[in-house]
Amino acid sequence: MMIDRRLIENFDWGLAGITLAIGTVGLIILYSAVNAGGSTGQEMFYYKQMVWFGGGFFLMFMILMVNYKDLEQWAPGIFFFCVFLLVAVLLVGRVVGGSRRWLVLGPVTIQPSEFVKIGTIIILSRFYARNTSRRGFTLRELLRPAGIMMLPLILILRQPDLGTAMLVVLISASMTLFVGIERRSLVYLFFLGAVVCCSGWFFLHDYQQERVLTFLNPDRDPLGAGYHIIQSKIAIGSGMAVGKGYLKGTQNALSFLPEHHTDFIMCVLAEEWGFVGTVFVLGLYALLLIWGLNIAHKARDTFGTLIAVGVTSMFFWGIFINMGMVMGLMPVVGVPLPLISYGGSSVVTTLIGMGLLMSVSIRRFIKE
Amino acid sequence: MAEQIVNTYLNTPDNDWYKARLSGLVFAVLAACFMLFIRMFHLQIIEGEEFRRLSESNCIRIQNIDPPRGLIYDSKGELIVDNRPSFNVCITPKDAKPIEETFNRLAALTRAPVSDMEERFKKQKGMPSYNPVVVLPDVDRDILGVIEARRFDLPGVSIQVKPLRHYVHNGSAAHLLGYLGEISQKEMDSGKYPGSLRGDSIGKNGIEKKFEMKLRGIRGGRQVEVDARGRLVRVLRTVEEKPGNTIYLTIDQQLQMAAEALFQGNVGAAVAMDPDNGNILAMVSSPTFDQNEFVAGLSHQTWNALINNPQRPMENKALQGTYPPASTYKILTAMAGLEEGVIDEHTTMVCNGYYRYGNRSYKCWRPDGHGSVDIYRALAHSCDVYFYQVGQRLGVDKLSFYARSSGLGSRTGIDLDNEASGIIPTAEWKKQRTGDVWQRGETLSIAIGQGFNLVTPLQMACFVSAVGNGGKRFKPQLIQKVVDPDGDVVKLTQPELVGKLPVHLTHLNMVRKGLWQVVNAGGTGSLIRMKSLEISGKTGTAQVISRARGDAETSAGPAHWKPHAWFVAYAPAESPKIAVAVIVEHGEHGGSAAAPIARDIIKHYLKETKP
Repeated sequence: MMIDRRLIENFDWGLAGITLAIGTVGLIILYSAVNAGGSTGQEMFYYKQMVWFGGGFFLMFMILMVNYKDLEQWAPGIFFFCVFLLVAVLLVGRVVGGSRRWLVLGPVTIQPSEFVKIGTIIILSRFYARNTSRRGFTLRELLRPAGIMMLPLILILRQPDLGTAMLVVLISASMTLFVGIERRSLVYLFFLGAVVCCSGWFFLHDYQQERVLTFLNPDRDPLGAGYHIIQSKIAIGSGMAVGKGYLKGTQNALSFLPEHHTDFIMCVLAEEWGFVGTVFVLGLYALLLIWGLNIAHKARDTFGTLIAVGVTSMFFWGIFINMGMVMGLMPVVGVPLPLISYGGSSVVTTLIGMGLLMSVSIRRFIKE
Repeated sequence: MAEQIVNTYLNTPDNDWYKARLSGLVFAVLAACFMLFIRMFHLQIIEGEEFRRLSESNCIRIQNIDPPRGLIYDSKGELIVDNRPSFNVCITPKDAKPIEETFNRLAALTRAPVSDMEERFKKQKGMPSYNPVVVLPDVDRDILGVIEARRFDLPGVSIQVKPLRHYVHNGSAAHLLGYLGEISQKEMDSGKYPGSLRGDSIGKNGIEKKFEMKLRGIRGGRQVEVDARGRLVRVLRTVEEKPGNTIYLTIDQQLQMAAEALFQGNVGAAVAMDPDNGNILAMVSSPTFDQNEFVAGLSHQTWNALINNPQRPMENKALQGTYPPASTYKILTAMAGLEEGVIDEHTTMVCNGYYRYGNRSYKCWRPDGHGSVDIYRALAHSCDVYFYQVGQRLGVDKLSFYARSSGLGSRTGIDLDNEASGIIPTAEWKKQRTGDVWQRGETLSIAIGQGFNLVTPLQMACFVSAVGNGGKRFKPQLIQKVVDPDGDVVKLTQPELVGKLPVHLTHLNMVRKGLWQVVNAGGTGSLIRMKSLEISGKTGTAQVISRARGDAETSAGPAHWKPHAWFVAYAPAESPKIAVAVIVEHGEHGGSAAAPIARDIIKHYLKETKP
């Protein structure tokens, strides 16, 4: 592949800078999360995360070299490869904590449900780019994209991984709302959803109803989720304006916090860097999201716009659900904070998303 | 036409149409970020002071409330397993500083060695430092009083009240009930015990293990606020614990203990069963072990002594011990012979004390021989020569078909782990197992229950129970019902018919007549004959070493060369209310060693249940 000179000229330095900044902040916080409170054998997470970042950046550059236009042809292949990985997880995956989410490939363990988000974005972009109408989609026309989404969704729910399943639905829904739903169909869809939810409720067992209620209101489970949220709020709030200082977080050190290096890593940030730190990171994320939408705006074609919207919505929901959860605004659901939470598959998926955004971004002026 | 083209054009959005829609997304993103910003401001600036205070004393904690474990009753409602309160002295590492001083003070008060406490303390390394660690388990009330009185000198020390399992009749039905022990890391990781914490006790054996999930209940807890010294300030939230379910066994504890007393000094097993429904009335495995010692924590020494004991006290011989069925198997051979038509009621054979087959002589247990025998005399006097010939006429595969259809050589499916299946050989089985062809002479040994045959006492109890009740084979049951804490019955066991003996009633009745004669008409079980109660049964004497080497059954060799004594029986003979299988290891004669035990179990049960 020849590297077009225009690609270098149009390289998206801004997006690269934001990515690097968030990644650096993530590593700094992770270092504290795994080192505080004396060693508990977690230091290796920090080094593993660096390796994942290295691999992720490499993939990001590989992807931005690829003309995203070609992805439209490859979309079904990419999608079904991801689905195949999900099936493999259910057959030979490793069970950790009651759910089967991980595939062990030699020295690395991957979580295919993360990559499925990218696969779904690409195939939905292809579908919507080819079937468009100004009046919006009708219910009948939405059957096919809904079917496409259901395939990985069911496999993910089988693991079960509620958080990722929710993200797949939210990303798909965001993209669909963006391309537009015909007004009457939207009303139908709304009522249909309400009826399904209400009638479904009565089919649930008592313990399942209890689980849903606890999910919506963690306070119902004061010894489990509710306790975690209280500890999480104490950690965040106790950071006050400027924080307790780097590596000086006490909540983290005393392991009051569950999953402090993955889903609850925001608490470590908030406790040690205070309001200044959280607002800084929120600002970086906001900049990233606006930047992503700007790329969607400048994209040369509809497929590019949809890819950019899909990837940006993937970032958005990850950030919003995770931060909302740890601050007690949202149900407790395991969703990683992009580029900050520990987790190889999450980091790599996020950086693949960045690669896609860049691929759209640098080809905005190129006509072929 | 032109109009259509224009319409299509207008309906097909171009890139710019989409771009116009992006402003909605920008707005949504900004609104969401603003929401998060407001929340951060609220938590960190407005309420930050309060959260900082809470974090400084690390004072919101969870205290677990262990649910009382379900009780176990016998079939008559006698309590046989319950819980007693025990008091553990705990140290909360975070609050008990300096830790060495606390150890020393505790040691001075209780005279417990510091090293024990330190060892237990170290085990909990890696756990959050606000979790209390048990350093002195199950202390008595004197020590408790001393510690309570000196509470202020002992920061971070607390008393935890924990129910401890208590076996009312210690050692009785120990194999059946099992015992509790601390959950191991392997069991934690297995996922079979969801919600378990380190230090929890779980059922390690028997009913306690099999019904762990029903007995354990659901843990509750309290969210509490404590002060800087770890003392409770207030309870924020409480989740009630849910006690475990109560289990009613089919066992009759009085009968169980009476049967165990009969095994005093003997090694062996007995199973008593209700022939009408398969309920196990008593299940003895001797010798037994001390269950309460397991709960308190067994020393390595005691454990090693238990597992190295040649009498295998930890094994439930009733279902894990496999023995040659010996002459008790003749019931089966007789059934198969009658059903296949190779003998009938009138077939007689002459026993001269041996039977020549091929170029070998097969001995009868009675060197003088039994003379002319029919099926009744053959069963009553346990004539080997008669059954050699029945076996020879049937062949090994027909015999094994009848044995397997009668439930021998396979697990009964009782609600206990580690049940042995035993062996009922076929020609094919031997070929696979040893690579050798079946020798026809071996069939003769099989016909009298020796050779490769191996059964468990439980299988024999089920078998003789089916013979007694007219051919109905029930699954053996141990659980009568399970009752939840509200008193609702969550599981009520119904009799479970698993099959029928593969014989017609006329043939079965001939066999039953023979079994009646064993005890009541001068047969091998005459010793236990009673006027008031008619018992039907069959004796058995299982060779431990081959008969060829020992000259006779009563060979005066070392004790472990002596044969095992069997007796299987049911009573009353006509419509039995109880069926029993008894084996006494190295007891020599079934008629003298095992039959009296069976008789006393039967007597005890029938006397007790008589109105």
